[in-house]
Amino acid sequence: MQSLRARRDPAPSLLRYRLGRLWLRPSVRRIVMFGPMTALLLGVTFHVATSKTIRAGMAQTVSDLRTAIVGREEFKVSSLAVYGASEDLEAEVVRLAGLTLPMSSLDLDIASLRDRLEMLPSVADAAVRVGSKGVLQITLSQRVPVVIWRMSDGLKLAGADGVVLGEVASRLDRVDLPVIAGMGADAHIPEALELLTMLEPVVSRLRGLQRVGARRWTIVLDREQEIYLPENGAKRALARLMALHASEGLLDKDVAIVDLRDGLRPVLRLGAYAAEVHRPYQLSFEGDGQ
Amino acid sequence: MTVSLYETQRAMRQRRSAAMKKGLVAVLDIGTSKVGCLVLKFDPEVQAAAKQDGVGALGNHGDFRVIGAATTRARGMEFGEIVVMDEAERAVRTAVQAAQKMAGVRLDHVIVTFSGGRPRSYGVHGQVEVEEGAVSEYDIGRVLAECDVPDFGEGAREAIHALPVNFMLDGKSGLADPRGQMGTKLGVDLHLLTVGARTIQNIMHCIKRCDLELCDLAVSSYASGLSSLVEDEQELGAACIDLGAGTSGVSIFMKRQMIFADAIRIGGLHVTRDICQALHVSEQVAERLKTFHGGLIATGADDRDFIEIPSPLDEAAGERRRVSRSELIGVIRPRMEEILEDVRAVLDASGFEYLPGQRIVLTGGGSQLQGIEELATRVLGRQVRRGKPLRVLGLPQAATGPGFSSVVGLALHTVHPQDECWDFEMPVDHLGNRSVKRALRWFKENW
Repeated sequence: MQSLRARRDPAPSLLRYRLGRLWLRPSVRRIVMFGPMTALLLGVTFHVATSKTIRAGMAQTVSDLRTAIVGREEFKVSSLAVYGASEDLEAEVVRLAGLTLPMSSLDLDIASLRDRLEMLPSVADAAVRVGSKGVLQITLSQRVPVVIWRMSDGLKLAGADGVVLGEVASRLDRVDLPVIAGMGADAHIPEALELLTMLEPVVSRLRGLQRVGARRWTIVLDREQEIYLPENGAKRALARLMALHASEGLLDKDVAIVDLRDGLRPVLRLGAYAAEVHRPYQLSFEGDGQ
Repeated sequence: MTVSLYETQRAMRQRRSAAMKKGLVAVLDIGTSKVGCLVLKFDPEVQAAAKQDGVGALGNHGDFRVIGAATTRARGMEFGEIVVMDEAERAVRTAVQAAQKMAGVRLDHVIVTFSGGRPRSYGVHGQVEVEEGAVSEYDIGRVLAECDVPDFGEGAREAIHALPVNFMLDGKSGLADPRGQMGTKLGVDLHLLTVGARTIQNIMHCIKRCDLELCDLAVSSYASGLSSLVEDEQELGAACIDLGAGTSGVSIFMKRQMIFADAIRIGGLHVTRDICQALHVSEQVAERLKTFHGGLIATGADDRDFIEIPSPLDEAAGERRRVSRSELIGVIRPRMEEILEDVRAVLDASGFEYLPGQRIVLTGGGSQLQGIEELATRVLGRQVRRGKPLRVLGLPQAATGPGFSSVVGLALHTVHPQDECWDFEMPVDHLGNRSVKRALRWFKENW
């Protein structure tokens, strides 16, 4: 039998016992666990918030850090490329962007640049992005003039959406474009363009389209021949007239005005000569009445 | 009934109900050889469910859960009484701290059982006229106050339990609860258990010095009986013999009431000391010999079964002595016989032989000795069985042995406390002016 020693079972001292019991209080435990950390955190926050030097130093550090990041090679924009613009528009775009290259792409406000470009009348749509190798790519879709709009103060060039893109001194500068006139004509340029395509057989005689009373079109041909189109269904009416012209050569005859505003029948006003020629028939018609 | 004790017990009851509401109570068994502590956690849902099922009284051990358990070697105790306050306090602190550590909660309320203080039982009788037709709670308080208490040594002894074990109504005896029944004459049999006042005061002081609040006190033989007797035995009548280290407690149960309790001031420790003296070994070696090789019935094989024991003089020399097991049994047996004979004398004095049930249950650490059933049957002349404490939820395996029957019993007692005299309102005219002053003084001294 081996020698025996009593199993150790040491009693806690009174202090230790009391501390142990204190430690088992949940509130005490919480205070000890989180109290110092919270106090430290609060103290540091207060100190930082109240000390001017620390705050200035922090601001300095932050700005230094920003400068260091902004100045990196990866963010450098060194050149500008404009796509889809004519030469004079490109020059205007470059002037408008007003960039001092090279600069950092972080300092570049691409959204505002895009907005500014789209304010240009000859720019329909703009896309701005920083491409590879530090190239700022500006892709434009340019507005092109489709008509000459004759106004009281001169001839203007207008795009399909009615935006005035510039002026021409003379009709002869842009003989490729048709002429429109009248108040409110700018809002109906697409319709005018469609009507013009239908006027293919008489295009050599076309003087222009006039918007009357800001509600309907009148086609003006040479020999002061005019075609009054209705407010609604102008295309159908014109198609009917062109069919008449194709079969009977109506517009080649001495007709002053073709009035298509009545949908049931075209109304003609004869020219002076034709009226003279037709007068005897008219008289005899009248004489029959007597 | 002394008023002072009535008041203190009521104060303890209030603290206990407060602790139960909090759902956390510690039970502490301060014994001669070990201090055991269990932390009980009460689940109000389980309690409510048990009540709804109507099995509250039967399945009472399901109401709580043991979340912490600790035992430690007792110090400064003799015969279940505190003899060195510092040492006893240290033992309590050790047990409480270990239990707290296991449970992870702080203990505030503690219920204590102890075995010392020479418990003495008195059967007390009281009778009153019922005021109205049906017996009310007030009548019960009156009849309890009417009991003629014998002179058990005022000042030197205190009543620790006052259990109304039987009520009589107009000659009809055996009522457990007479409330609401019709009758004119109400009588009560009160089981009054007194212990030495100094013992209680020492224990109260010790608990107070450990920063704990005492909620209740119980005699350990009562607690062991609650845990180691099965329902039938408690109902029909049985005796529980708690063979402790310093004392051997005897409690007799009948109709689920403890009707008698006593303690003999001899226990397992005396057996160990006998071995020390007879074999010239240290106390630790003797304790080990007793628990590993001890027995009570010698056979022929035991003559040839030699146990090596170290020399008391020089362990390093390697000198070995050999003792046969029958020699060891020859040392243990006379002391156990003496204990059991004393138990028999106590049982005879208590009138145990007139009970319908004659079962005797041995529990406590001493009941683990081999052959104790045969010896007890021979000495006590009745059928004897060994009892282990009832299983309770969450109790560690190490604390399920018979040595833990009193602490487990105390836990059961905590859950389903017996109605005691101080649970009823006493009539005011019994609370004399002088007694109130004395109660206040007693309070100042003790709390």
